[in-house]
This record gives sequence, structure tokens and C-alpha cells, in this order.
Amino acid sequence: MTDASLVVTDLHVEFSGFVAVGGVSFDAHPGEVRFLIGPNGAGKTTCIDAITGLTRATGSARLGGKELLGRPVHKIVRLGVGRTFQTASVFDELTVLQNLDIAAGRHRRSASLLRARRGTDGSIEQALEETGLAGEFATPSGILSHGQKQWLEIAMLLVQDAKVLLLDEPVAGMSQDERTATGELLQRIAAKRIVLVVEHDMDFMRRFATRVTVLHQGRVLSQGAVAEVQADPKVQEVYLGTAGAATTAAMSVVPEAAAGTHQRKED
Amino acid sequence: MTKSKPWISLSGIGLFAVLLLAVAPLVLTDHWLNNLGKYCCWAIAAVGIGLAWGRGGMLVMGQGVFFALGAYSMAMHLTLETAGDRIPGFMVLYDPLAPLPVFWEPFRSTGFTLLAIVLLPVLLASSLGYALFKRRVKGAYFAILTQALAVALATLISSTIRETGGDTGLSDFKYFFGFVLNDPANKRMVYLIAAALLIVCLFAVWQLYRSRFGELLVATRDAEERVRFLGYDPANVKLVAFVVSALMASIGGAMFVPIVGIITPAEIGAAASILMIAGVAFGGRASLFGPALGAIAVGWGQSSLGSTWPDGWTYILGLLFIVVILFLPNGLSSLPARFTAARRSPDRQPAPAIVAAELEEARP
Ligand SMILES: Nc1ncnc2c1ncn2[C@@H]1O[C@H](COP(=O)(O)OP(=O)(O)O)[C@@H](O)[C@H]1O
Ligand SMILES: [Mg+2]
Repeated sequence: MTDASLVVTDLHVEFSGFVAVGGVSFDAHPGEVRFLIGPNGAGKTTCIDAITGLTRATGSARLGGKELLGRPVHKIVRLGVGRTFQTASVFDELTVLQNLDIAAGRHRRSASLLRARRGTDGSIEQALEETGLAGEFATPSGILSHGQKQWLEIAMLLVQDAKVLLLDEPVAGMSQDERTATGELLQRIAAKRIVLVVEHDMDFMRRFATRVTVLHQGRVLSQGAVAEVQADPKVQEVYLGTAGAATTAAMSVVPEAAAGTHQRKED
Repeated sequence: MTKSKPWISLSGIGLFAVLLLAVAPLVLTDHWLNNLGKYCCWAIAAVGIGLAWGRGGMLVMGQGVFFALGAYSMAMHLTLETAGDRIPGFMVLYDPLAPLPVFWEPFRSTGFTLLAIVLLPVLLASSLGYALFKRRVKGAYFAILTQALAVALATLISSTIRETGGDTGLSDFKYFFGFVLNDPANKRMVYLIAAALLIVCLFAVWQLYRSRFGELLVATRDAEERVRFLGYDPANVKLVAFVVSALMASIGGAMFVPIVGIITPAEIGAAASILMIAGVAFGGRASLFGPALGAIAVGWGQSSLGSTWPDGWTYILGLLFIVVILFLPNGLSSLPARFTAARRSPDRQPAPAIVAAELEEARP
């Protein structure tokens, strides 16, 4: 089982003395929609940053036995780790198709980059269908709706053939229908891939999670199936006793600036 | 972004070729044809700047360095060709008995000179670009660094008068690979070579822009981090564009020498490098024809207005620059698109596509 799994052990991230992630361990396997939840500032995004090489970390993050920590970003990607950012970041000036084409390109030889695109890869058509963007392939991605941009990002991970999808708040700012569609999409694609969703919307988590890890102040507060975690008194305390209140609070939270810019709010 | 009809751009290049290679030699006097040749040299460098800056987001403020590599390689060869077996005249002036500096010697060879014009900029740009892009130097830091390099090279040449001719530069070339440069027919041939090279460069970037690499370059310009997370190393993408732009600057510099007949540090220093950028910004940095047309326009302004009213020309250029930056950030070539967009929906501003890129650049 472990040869296709993501295993994070004792992950530790410090920002000039401030411990953002202090010894977090969890694992994720293909076939489950794995959730990482916690209040704002809990260290969820930082965990993803560490796994993807954006932030220096100690401890271990292994994919199929291969250590990820310490490798440069693009090498980690080439091992099959893909991610999205809290703020959708697609190439606004390029069309949906061009975005996907670039995502599919890392398997191509450098020389073929010098030619213009002729036709569409099968994987691209499949991803367009899967994410419901088939009608938008010629649209400049800058004018897509917020939800469509998030789906485009997921589609890019699909054509990139990522084995691990790390999704940072994929449903933030989405309507209820879009959330449902996204959740179902995640369940479909999780069949053969590792899907790890960072979220603080408890309602969305409850509907689509198989297993959950709750982070609080950089540490694992609770871990297990949805029901177990919800029954955990420590979790209830962090979430003000009721999940409903947390959901309402979470709904009002505006996504932070893109992780890539390193502009974070202290909260 | 990408033209759905490639033949529009292609026929544009074709039209450009007809104008430069067939019409211009027929209608222009020898004097103006030679001037046009000079603008073509700047335009060749400008096409490269359009690639690196317009499409790649790298504000290359020191293209004079690469222009100089080509120009001085060519100038040394032509100087030696003119001097024959003797030591070049200006060197004798300072020390009649001194030998030819060692780095001059290989430039006697035609093959070496042509190779140097191509390889020197490629080698310098690769190593410089590798060091800078891998360390993620970008935006203003990159611009200042390249600019500083141009200043340094100009100063070095100024201060080594015996080896390089110093501020007076290298001039009085009599032959161009065996052809007598005084002969108007040969001058015309040199012009045609420069114009043809410009067309070749335009064709090369046209292919680059429509290729997957072109799309990747724009993606890197607009969201470098995202490209990294797709498994590419953005440094390599930028490196290719930077090296190609350096090569083009060098080719422009090399042709500048037989056409203008003199090369001095003033043609490659900070001011000259900025003037190259100005033409590109004026014409439209991200468009196919904008950089070349802008460079030709600025060159023409300089020789017509600049010679009759040199002080005023500088102010006019400055003013023009401000107006373009304020009202046409995508240069003159964005005018038609703007016009049609305004007609279609008078209350809607055209998408400020370049603004995002500018913000990206401004960030360290
Ligand atoms: N680059 C950084 N520099 C300093 N502190 C940071 C940085 N990134 C995140 N932090 C801090 O680390 C903590 C966890 O942040 P984050 O992982 O973004 O939380 P979450 O995604 O769970 O909301 C926060 O207190 C945040 O302010
Ligand atoms: Mg976060």
C-alpha cells in the first residue's frame, strides 16, 4: 500500500523562530478524498508549501518511498506532485486549451516546443470533459468565472498526470452547486490518485471526506474518519462547539493572496 | 493572444520584405538607403528585445553589451582587413613598435569573426542568464544589472584606447570581406544583407511566438511560480529567450559597422541601450512588428530631427515616451485593436493585459 502513498512524518516549518508547522504527520492513499482542515492560520497551506518544495522544512514527506523534501520545486512536480493555490492562478492571457497544453507539456521533448500546436492531446480532451470545460476550450482563461478557474487548475493537474493532487481551498468562493460539482469531481478523480484537500468549510468536508486530519496551531489535533473527528471534544472546542458556526465563519473568509507571492496575513 | 490566422502575420512579413528589399532600394537615395540600413540594425536588436522583454518579461536594459560583441568583432576584422600586414593605424599612433594585442590576432580570420559574432553573445548570455535566472533575479534588479554591464563595458572600451580605439572608436574601414566599401553598389549589398537579416529575425520570432515555447514564455512572464509547479524550470525558458535576444543584438551590431563605418562606446553604452528599449516600447513590445517598426521610427527621428535640432529631439523623444507609456502601454501597434475595441463597446476599456505583467516585473 505504501508504495503509492504520500506519507508525511514529523513535518516541521519555522519562519524566523515562529513555528508554523510543528511536527505534523499524516498519510494519504489513492482511492480516498483526504481532507486537511483547521482554522485560519493553522498551518494547512504551509504543509502543502513544504511538501511541494516552496518552503524549507524538516522531517519527511515521502511519495512511494521517495523523499520529496529538499528537492527543487520542478523536480518534485516531475515525481508526480501537483498543487493548486488558494487564489486560482491560471495564465490569464492564454486560452483554456493553451493552459492545458502547457500543463501537458512536461512530457514533451524540448525540440517539439519549437513547433506550433497541431491538434489536441487525448489527455486534454479527457480533462476538458471531466471538468466540464469542454465548451470553453477557446476562452481566454482570464475571463472564466472563479469556479471555472479552479476547475481549470484541476484539469491542468489531470493532464499533467499528477499522482498527488494537493488542492488548497478549491471551493472557496464557489456557489453551493459548484461545490457539489467540485466534490463529485474530486471523488471521481480520487479513484486512481491521491487527493488531499485543504479546507475550512466543515460542511463541504462532511459531505465528501473519507478521512480527515485536523490541524490547530501547527499541530495535529485529531485524525480519523469524519464521524470520529466530529465527535472529538478537542475539535469541537476549536470550532466553537458547533460545526454550523464554523461553517458560517468559514463562508465569510476571503481567500488570502496567492501562496506564491509569500504575502500572508497574520491572523 | 495567438493569431488564429498565421498567414496574416506571414503576409505582413512578406510585405515588409518587399518594402525593404525591393521598394526601398528603388526609391531611396544612397544616403537614405544607408540610413535605413542603420535603422535595420537597431531593428534587429529590437526584435530580440521584443522577445525577451515583451514576451518574456525580462527588461533587458543592457543590450548594448551584445550589440558591442557583434560590432567590435566585425570592426576588428574590418580594421585588420584594411590594415593588411601592418598594425592598425591608431595603434601605431600610441606606440609604433608594439605588437598587435593577442585578442586581435584571431579576428584576421573571416571564419573566426563570423563565429565570434554568433558564439560570443550566446556564451555570455548563457552564463549570465544562467547565473541570474537560477538565482531568480528579476524585475528591477535584473534591469539594473544588465544596464550596469553596459556601462561597465563602455567604460572599459573608453579606457583601453590602445587596444580598442577608446572613445574615438574603430573606423575608416575600406573593405568588407573583400568588397570595397566606397563602392555604392557594395554599400547597397551591405544594406540588403542587413535588411534580409531583419526579415530572417522577424520570421524566427514569428515561429517562436506561435510555437509552444512562445506560449510557455508568455505563461512564464505572467505567472512564473505557476509554471514551476507544472514541472518546468522557468529559468530555462527565460534563458532561451534571453540568449536569442542577445544573438540578435550581436547580429545587429555586426551589420552596424560596415553600414555606419564607425563604432564607438557611445553606440553601446547606457544611453544607446535605453534608446533601443525606447523604440521597442514605442512600437509595442509584445507584438511581432512593433519593436522593429518602433526602432526604425526612433532611428529615423534621430537622423532627421536629431541632426537639425539635436537638443529638441531629446525632449521630443522623452515626451513621446511619456505619452506612449501613459496612454498606450502596449505601444503604437496596439492602436488598431484599441480602436476596434472602443468602437465595439465604447464604455469598456480594453483588457489591461500588460498591467499584470508590469506588476509582476516591479516586484523583486
Ligand atoms: N512566509 C511566511 N512567513 C512568515 N509567516 C508565515 C509565512 N507563511 C505562513 N506564515 C504563518 O504561518 C501560519 C500558518 O499559515 P498558513 O499555513 O497559511 O495557515 P492556513 O493555510 O492553515 O490558514 C500563520 O500564522 C501564518 O501567518
Ligand atoms: Mg491557507
